[in-house]
Amino acid sequence: MNYQYAEFEVVRNDDRCIRCRVCERQCANEVHKLVETKKGNFMISDETKCVDCHRCVSLCPTRALKIVKSDLTFRKNDNWHESNIKEIYKQAETGGVLLSSMGNPENFPVYFDKILINASQVTNPSIDPLREPMETKVSLGKRNHGIKRDKDGKIVPQKYPSLELNLPIMFSAMSYGSISYNAHESLARAARELGTYYNTGEGGLHQDFYKYGKNTIVQVASGRFGVFEDYLETGSAIEIKMGQGAKPGIGGHLPGEKITEDVSKTRMIPVGSDAISPAPHHDIYSIEDLRQLVFSLKEATNYKKPIIVKVAAVHNISAIASGIARSGADIIAIDGFRGGTGAAPTRIRDNVGIPIELALASVDSRLREEGIRDNVSLVVGGSIRSSADIVKAIALGADAVYIATSALIALGCHLCRTCQAGKCNWGIATQVPELVKRLNPDIGSKKLVNLLTAWNREIKELMGGMGINSIEALRGNRLMLRGVGLTQKELDILGIKHAGE
Amino acid sequence: MLKEGEIRIPSGCAIAGVISKEGKNINGKIIVDSMTVMHERSNGLGGGFAGYGIYPEYKDYYAFHLFYDGKEAKEVCEKYLDKKFEIINLSKIPVRKTPKITDEPLIWRYFVMPNHNLLRDSQLDEKEYVSRCIIYINTEIKGAYVFSSGKNMGCFKGVGFPEDIGDYFMLENYNGYLWTAHGRYPTNTPGWWGGAHPFSFLDTSVVHNGEISSYDANRRYIEMFGYKCNLLTDTEVIAYIIDFLSRKKGLTMEEISLVISAPFWQTIDKADTEKKELCEYLRKEFPSLLITGPFSILVGFDGGVMALNDRLKLRSMVVGEKDDKVYFASEECAIRKMEENVENIWSPKGGEPVVVTVNKEKL
Repeated sequence: MNYQYAEFEVVRNDDRCIRCRVCERQCANEVHKLVETKKGNFMISDETKCVDCHRCVSLCPTRALKIVKSDLTFRKNDNWHESNIKEIYKQAETGGVLLSSMGNPENFPVYFDKILINASQVTNPSIDPLREPMETKVSLGKRNHGIKRDKDGKIVPQKYPSLELNLPIMFSAMSYGSISYNAHESLARAARELGTYYNTGEGGLHQDFYKYGKNTIVQVASGRFGVFEDYLETGSAIEIKMGQGAKPGIGGHLPGEKITEDVSKTRMIPVGSDAISPAPHHDIYSIEDLRQLVFSLKEATNYKKPIIVKVAAVHNISAIASGIARSGADIIAIDGFRGGTGAAPTRIRDNVGIPIELALASVDSRLREEGIRDNVSLVVGGSIRSSADIVKAIALGADAVYIATSALIALGCHLCRTCQAGKCNWGIATQVPELVKRLNPDIGSKKLVNLLTAWNREIKELMGGMGINSIEALRGNRLMLRGVGLTQKELDILGIKHAGE
Repeated sequence: MLKEGEIRIPSGCAIAGVISKEGKNINGKIIVDSMTVMHERSNGLGGGFAGYGIYPEYKDYYAFHLFYDGKEAKEVCEKYLDKKFEIINLSKIPVRKTPKITDEPLIWRYFVMPNHNLLRDSQLDEKEYVSRCIIYINTEIKGAYVFSSGKNMGCFKGVGFPEDIGDYFMLENYNGYLWTAHGRYPTNTPGWWGGAHPFSFLDTSVVHNGEISSYDANRRYIEMFGYKCNLLTDTEVIAYIIDFLSRKKGLTMEEISLVISAPFWQTIDKADTEKKELCEYLRKEFPSLLITGPFSILVGFDGGVMALNDRLKLRSMVVGEKDDKVYFASEECAIRKMEENVENIWSPKGGEPVVVTVNKEKL
């Protein structure tokens, strides 16, 4: 006997259903099926397989379908939640570690939602971005190197390794393997059109995408998949992945079935073999080892490319960041506990790490207290959901943000959180050719460009309202923020005042 | 009610300035009179002046002007000054009592040199040594405040209308090659003399009209380098930024203007290669020192003055010339008050610095 009851119900309006079987063809989970009887043909549903991804709903030509959460409940219990009980059934059945995907969905505070932004009134003017220049261009890398002059006393302008962004938003790391070829192509093309960067993740770089190199950040992770000279040379920056917000402290596991011919070539591992990224880098057991890897990569690329070190937001993040800022890295990327993933143990995703808002505020303050904020730029992600989150993050001290979940949603993701199954009906988190082709990179890249263009407009509106016409004057400008409903301790960590103060 | 330094108070203002390129003496009364015609731009809650070249007999010594809340603060502070410096001369700053100016603090002036041994042991250059002492007094000694600290220059300021403050300090008794002035329109009652302008640090003094929107970004950046923004005013942070860029980074005033009032990227892109590279480089080196929001400032420094507006020119500022003199003011009437027959009046563009220096040989 299986104790797993269906979490969702498929509600089909039989008067509207024309038996066209689109739902049946579109559902990789095989929820829908046609049965032929003497009385006629009917569509039936195996609801236990439904993940609530809305693919069938979106494609049903007569809008005959909706998916609702089942109202079947266990007897009311404020201690034993439905999820606790169901997960125990599942583990008792399988003996396995629970797996989940995308970001932590649990009911923890979202600090971005408790922060409000300022605007000018009377004492200084707001600025209309439609009439005046409003600058969102960002340069990431070290700053304040020291002025050099020639013998006539003229400043000799220097060029240092940096990333140049037209807007303070980059696409965060998602490997080819965890997401599809078409998803990657959409990201790469959008990054090029927008004048920003996308990130290969730890899956190497597909040969077709080398042409997007100027808009690519290549990642070096603990598995070192796909890392070789051309790869490092092609990207505009190299990111060392130490951790990920969704699963701090553990590595990655791309199951063999996702290692198709193409993925195998890109990752440089045999077809069908599991791709296991160890939890730590086995050449980095301490901060001095990180410094060696930073400089090995700089040495390998002639000190031309900025090095990013990406870490998950954990309890002592400010001390860690301080160490990284002295390691020779040019950029620190911090990933909050809401950050997404293609697959992570549920317990880790839902219980490890800290909110990005607190991590960011504490790191930015710490680096300033130590006088080393100029050593690095700060990029934060996990999870940035809107342009308002971006403005708040920058005012707290970030130089730019990484987005991934938002980008996938723009590509059609409905956050069903079942990426680990590899059967993404939207053609994003899958390697199944029939599913991958559902995502058209022409349309995908256009949607990404639209999203970021819209966000950038909103950022400009918000900046103009504050009387700020350049993004660098917003960075770390915490007086532009106020908290609502936060404790004094939370306000102190965020370095902001309460609304009304 | 919180006083200045405990809360950030935005304010509007009037500013004026005059410099003699030949280093000729200009009497303090001229600048005081110029402020009378801009009376409406102040609200009686702050006024002040900075004069350069006013202490020729002590020109090699740092002239410290101090406000004390009471005798106790004075005793503590003088003990500290005595330890860190050789005090060459000390006195009350002479004032003329007037009913228009009340609740004044104790106001003292010291001409000092760093204690030779302590300076050597500190391994700091002289100005850095002095600057750290000023920051110490202003941060750590309760009730004591250094409001002027340069050589052969001095600030005079307080709570009141600028013309009354000028009268109070008897500026007609001072002559200098450069004067700047400020009348304040704060949106709160600070009731504290330290909050008036000019703000000055070592030889740099700033008078400022505006409210900068980049304030906290600038403040949090500059505080990394040992500065403490005790007053929470725009003028204070601007003065520290200019001190940092000129004294610690060795930038000229024109170069500083490319940092704090940087040209827009769209302007930079159109510039010739040399200018483009320089502007791009400076913006990337010091992005957190870009100042946004409305401002017009007069920066006094040893041997000259710079007038600068924010890059959108959101505050008024006009410049005029006559013979060896250059005049600056928020309004033309203030310039005409100083020189009826002023010539070449123009309004500098946003972000365009007007730097005037004195022929040093004439000083």
